[in-house]
Amino acid sequence: MDQRPDQTAMQAATVTRHGFGAGLLAALPVLLAVAPFGLIFGILAVEAGLEITQTMAMSSVVIAGASQLAALQLLTEHAPALIAILTGAVVNLRMAMYSASIAVHWQSTPMHWRMLAAIVLTDQSYALSIQRYRRHPGESLGDRLGFFFGVGSLTCCVWILATYLGATLGNRIPPGWGLDFVVPITFIAIVAPMLRGRANLLAAAVAATLAVLLSGLPYGMGLLVAAAAGIEAGFLVPTAKEHNQ
Amino acid sequence: MIPDWKIWTVIAGLAVVTYLIRFSFIGLLAGRRIPAGMTRALGFVPVAVLPALIAPIVLSAGDGSLSADPQRIITAMIALAAGAATRNVLAALVAGMATFLAFGATGL
Repeated sequence: MDQRPDQTAMQAATVTRHGFGAGLLAALPVLLAVAPFGLIFGILAVEAGLEITQTMAMSSVVIAGASQLAALQLLTEHAPALIAILTGAVVNLRMAMYSASIAVHWQSTPMHWRMLAAIVLTDQSYALSIQRYRRHPGESLGDRLGFFFGVGSLTCCVWILATYLGATLGNRIPPGWGLDFVVPITFIAIVAPMLRGRANLLAAAVAATLAVLLSGLPYGMGLLVAAAAGIEAGFLVPTAKEHNQ
Repeated sequence: MIPDWKIWTVIAGLAVVTYLIRFSFIGLLAGRRIPAGMTRALGFVPVAVLPALIAPIVLSAGDGSLSADPQRIITAMIALAAGAATRNVLAALVAGMATFLAFGATGL
């Protein structure tokens, strides 16, 4: 750990109530996006044969909807546990990017706060916090951490609560209702707004095509190969900057 | 029927791996910068992984073999178009689910 703790920041490194409150407030609109996915996951997990305790455990300790749905999908396809975990992990790799990006704003934060923060680092808590930090560059570290924990704790609570509602609802839906197609619809909804620019479109097209062609490979391995190829394809498209050189 | 041990293994494994990914640069590698190339590559993860997950499901007959079911393809296209046009996750979700339910209701 080669950090230079500066004195003022150390003193301010208690999470402030003011920041926390601002985070709670900022999280309210995104709850509208979190809750439906929690409901969907709860319903689908129970339909797939998970018990309510298992469904709740998954939402409470993983706290990452897309990866939970991906792992669930592979479980229902009878892929090995390791492949289900690996695929879920790949879906969550983007969070390494969030981790690196947000850590810059948390310098000299004590380790126990860092360990807690990692629990609630989600798409929502990252996006809203980074937006806030850019708009209010002068905020104290305590306020910054407070804001992050405000967004993170509220969205995660709603995520878990929505999962519970979905799971109890799912228990009442008779099996064989053909809900299997809800998973791809959910994934399409998440990814469609991201498909901007040539590189992203190429990555998506290569990954989708290869995944179909390789869908016969055992253990759901085609998915991982296709995803890797898609990332590589997107990476090889020159960025606008390189293009102008 | 998915065996219990398998479900619990996936829950625990995914939880640990996901936590480590989140904790990576906040804690384990704190103070270290992520290489620019890696950031760029990570940016392509969602747009590659999700389509790779989606495409075989859209084109599957449900028993592992591929098939072009117009219902599934149309539903997928409508969700995709709604998401691309509005740049809004919720709008895409509503459009896709509405199409899915409409097909179900009309029994097509």
